[in-house]
Amino acid sequence: MAASAESMQASSAGLILRLWQSSIGKKYVMAVTGLALFLFVIVHLAGNLQIYLGPYKINEYAHLLKSTPAVLWGARAGLLAIVALHIVTALQLTAANRKARPAGYAVGKPVASTFAQRTILVSGLVLLAFIIFHLGHFTIGFVDPALLDLRDIYGRHDVYRMMVNGFSNPLVSIFYIVSMGLLLLHLSHGVSSLFQSLGLRSRKTFRFFDRLAKGAAVLLFLGNCSIPLSILLGIIK
Amino acid sequence: MSITLESKIPSGPVGQKWSRYRQDMKLVNPANKRKFDVIVVGSGLAGASAAATLGELGYNVKCFCFQDSPRRAHSIAAQGGINAAKNYRNDGDSIYRLFYDTIKGGDFRAREANVHRLAEVSVNIIDQCVAQGVPFAREYGGLLDNRSFGGAQVSRTFYARGQTGQQLLLGAYQALSRQIAAGTVTMYSRTEMLDLVLIDGHAKGIITRDLISGAIEAHSASAVVLATGGYGNVFYLSTNAKGCNVTSTFRAYKKGALFANPCYTQIHPTCIPVSGDYQSKLTLMSESLRNDGRVWVPKKEGDNRHPNEIPENERDYYLERKYPSYGNLAPRDIASRAAKQVCDEGRGVGPGGRGVYLDFSAAIQRFGRKKIEERYGNLFEMYERITGENAYDQPMRIYPAVHYTMGGLWVDYELMSNIPGLFVIGEANFSDHGANRLGASALMQGLADGYFVLPQTIGGYFAAQKNGKYPADHPEFRKAEEEVRARLNRLLSINGKKTVTEFHRELGKIMWDNVGMARTESSLMHALERIPVLRQEFWENVNVLGSGDDLNPALEYAGRVADFLEFGELLAYDALQREESCGGHFREEYQTEDGEALRNDDKYSYVAAWEYKGVDQFPTVHKEDLKYEEVKMSQRSYK
Amino acid sequence: MNLTLRVWRQKNAKTSGQFVTYQATDISAEMSFLEMLDVVNEELIKKGEEQIAFDHDCREGICGSCGMVINGTPHGPLSATTTCQLHMRFFKDGDTITIEPWRASSFPIIKDLVVDRTAFDRIIQSGGFVSVSTGGAPDGNAIPIPKEDADKAMDAAQCIGCGACVAACKNASAMLFVSAKVSHLGLLPQGHVEADRRVLNMVATMDEEGFGNCTNTGSCEAACPKEISLDNIARMNRAYAKALFKNKLA
Repeated sequence: MAASAESMQASSAGLILRLWQSSIGKKYVMAVTGLALFLFVIVHLAGNLQIYLGPYKINEYAHLLKSTPAVLWGARAGLLAIVALHIVTALQLTAANRKARPAGYAVGKPVASTFAQRTILVSGLVLLAFIIFHLGHFTIGFVDPALLDLRDIYGRHDVYRMMVNGFSNPLVSIFYIVSMGLLLLHLSHGVSSLFQSLGLRSRKTFRFFDRLAKGAAVLLFLGNCSIPLSILLGIIK
Repeated sequence: MSITLESKIPSGPVGQKWSRYRQDMKLVNPANKRKFDVIVVGSGLAGASAAATLGELGYNVKCFCFQDSPRRAHSIAAQGGINAAKNYRNDGDSIYRLFYDTIKGGDFRAREANVHRLAEVSVNIIDQCVAQGVPFAREYGGLLDNRSFGGAQVSRTFYARGQTGQQLLLGAYQALSRQIAAGTVTMYSRTEMLDLVLIDGHAKGIITRDLISGAIEAHSASAVVLATGGYGNVFYLSTNAKGCNVTSTFRAYKKGALFANPCYTQIHPTCIPVSGDYQSKLTLMSESLRNDGRVWVPKKEGDNRHPNEIPENERDYYLERKYPSYGNLAPRDIASRAAKQVCDEGRGVGPGGRGVYLDFSAAIQRFGRKKIEERYGNLFEMYERITGENAYDQPMRIYPAVHYTMGGLWVDYELMSNIPGLFVIGEANFSDHGANRLGASALMQGLADGYFVLPQTIGGYFAAQKNGKYPADHPEFRKAEEEVRARLNRLLSINGKKTVTEFHRELGKIMWDNVGMARTESSLMHALERIPVLRQEFWENVNVLGSGDDLNPALEYAGRVADFLEFGELLAYDALQREESCGGHFREEYQTEDGEALRNDDKYSYVAAWEYKGVDQFPTVHKEDLKYEEVKMSQRSYK
Repeated sequence: MNLTLRVWRQKNAKTSGQFVTYQATDISAEMSFLEMLDVVNEELIKKGEEQIAFDHDCREGICGSCGMVINGTPHGPLSATTTCQLHMRFFKDGDTITIEPWRASSFPIIKDLVVDRTAFDRIIQSGGFVSVSTGGAPDGNAIPIPKEDADKAMDAAQCIGCGACVAACKNASAMLFVSAKVSHLGLLPQGHVEADRRVLNMVATMDEEGFGNCTNTGSCEAACPKEISLDNIARMNRAYAKALFKNKLA
């Protein structure tokens, strides 16, 4: 018989272990980390959109974020942990899924599932590559260290100029836009799915969550893409 | 072996027999129960509930089924409901009334004491099933809903949508699963019983074949319970599942168990007709359809016009014509025979001319299509899925089909056959339905036997034994194993020209044409001539490919058909000796002027229990007289 | 009509299988899919070839025995329909039909189209029941149950255990099957008592049996012949969290 509930330790360690060892528990991890990352993406965009308010505002905002290193590094560490958890769990789940279903069918389309659903792992992994590039580009500086050395007239890091210079390279912008397309794909299933994993979705609320996911994904895509496009089109200079 | 039919009915008034029995019965000490091994063959309502309950009591149980899971037994297909004398409706129901209805419905050919006990425990069944989580239909107030069923004058049928059998079986399967997890029951799925083993005249085990590995195995036990269902598939086409077979009970019969009343077979009037030779089974549609549908055939023979083009005055609403007061609601057997009659006259409709129309146009006109959709939407959908015809626009075609078999192995009040230690429950025994079963009573009987009767009565047998188990390498087991192997090898080595299906289909045709809805002496004699010839041909010319060492559906099937080929003859013998018409047995020679079944209570008020005498030998009939102390026999009339 | 069948043939669990092409000739539109296979099998036997093995029993869509993947879809193209209830009028003359067994590690192939689904039985054995022994049950009407709850429980209880959900899922997840039982019993007061134990144990067994994880694609629901809803999975996800945290606090 299965490891019974009785044998489970009634402790926090037991709880975490159980979460980590069960398929549903792992799905909670995916859902909660996914939700956190979704919220981060929203906040991140909100911050970036300040570019339309001119260099002062956005540089001020960036300065504020970096003013308390403890908070900054805490947030970065937290985000990193969440991303790591999200990815490690996804890989583990996928490995288990492959093992559960090693052979596919010879013919026919997958039943009912959508493209976004079936490609969520791929879109996620490409996004990981993008994130590494993106951090290298605008945070760590291994793509073009000069971008991090830009200073505005107040001596603050000139984020505005960094973005304009960064996105002036069409290749970078195209990669960025393609990646945002993948994010759109990823979120259009992921955001609705996470509510299902948390047991909060039902037939009645399916449409709501589905629209929320798709709507949010599209808005994020438009918002994010507007920046490199505006730069390339010379709206932001 | 000299046989005396000792029914062991307790003394006293019929209403007190069961409680008296339980007061007097011997009990097995809880600590000793573990020492008794019980084999349960079959995992339908009766088998699963018995295995689970015996496990709960502490016996050591082995349960066998040929399906891949105990959840698939054909009990699962029962649609209508389960009767219980709860009188929740305050409409005058009582244990006595359910008892009386069942006796009367059985055309006075059932044992009073057994039927009363059935009615008594019916109320416990509902309680038990509710406690198990069976999602019976509820009213808005939260209480259990009931409907009236099968012409009963009270609402005593509990149901779970159109899937009552499924839900009750899943309840029993869950109870069984709990015992499997607890280690009291060992489940053997995809395992078929191929012989019964007797030691010193007692049933002490079975021989099985593992359907995947082909391994022949001996299982020893202190007692054997058969819950293997009915034999409707002897007719090839029936509403039974494809796997339903007579093998377990028939092999027990060949080992000395008496087979009682095999001629009682129930025909259901509203099935979807046969559409071609390839037809593999028949599908039942709820009888409730006859509440609003009108049955008719063209007046002219061979009228091939589309039904909607046949004018009103050229239609023969034969049920309304012949039975003005009951009309389209005439009882199952009468409606079935009337359909056969008009088709025999060449007025049948649809492919092969074996069908009659069930027309809803009048009802649609009267109540509107929406109302009819509400009432029968799912049935119309099912009909369209199978036939491709839309029954809102044109009449349905229906034809009777074999549905349930009332006969079975003879058992006493304790559900033990004449072989000590061999118990038989559910449809596999003969005991409770007499010559005809009422709607919603099959589920009731299966669960009554399995949950409440057998687990009590089996103790009486054990209490008189030490533990009575023999090692599985006892010479009798070895001998039976060899016989089983030899038979399988023989089937595999014939290498003839005809497939098993061809033989089964031919047997079915002989049975249906001659031993079906209406039987005559000459038709029965004809069948008795034809069956042995077919059987002989089978053993010379059947083609069973593959080996006995792995999954081989052809081999499984061949063994079952081989048994049907002997059993069909027994059924015909029984029909021949019963020179009367009653319930599911209609002899054309014995009918009233109105075509009603004519019973002969003076001569045939007995159970005919047959003793095997060898292949091609005439079996011996033993008679158990039925004594009616409580109920007066009466003739039914539906004019 | 005449059809070309590509059927998966595999002698037993140990050997590897392959597709074999057969011609199905003179097939009537009135036949069920399984009757069409019966006809093909009869011809195979006549030719001295072993018949195609497939599971089937009631042939009225309720026992859950039959199940094969037809052109990539479990139980074939018609929604809410088991293989045995699928009729040939949904195909046309000249069609090529590819027939495969359920594919999942937890459902090893026994022969041809027959797979071993006993993992489902073991999941039920780990908790898919109400622990009441026979006898002594209170009156059936002792606990009123709101009609809505009884109906919802019945919706979930209709599962026939055929395994199409697992077969359809790209991850071979058994979540729909398990959640149907968890929902059915959890929604009724009788089953509510041991709801926590049940969900924890059944999910643990489901995982042990090697079924995949749910990625919420909804393939299972679409393939289910009894239209069991994804809501059951959400309900189980909720019940599991509740059981887990309650168990921790207790």
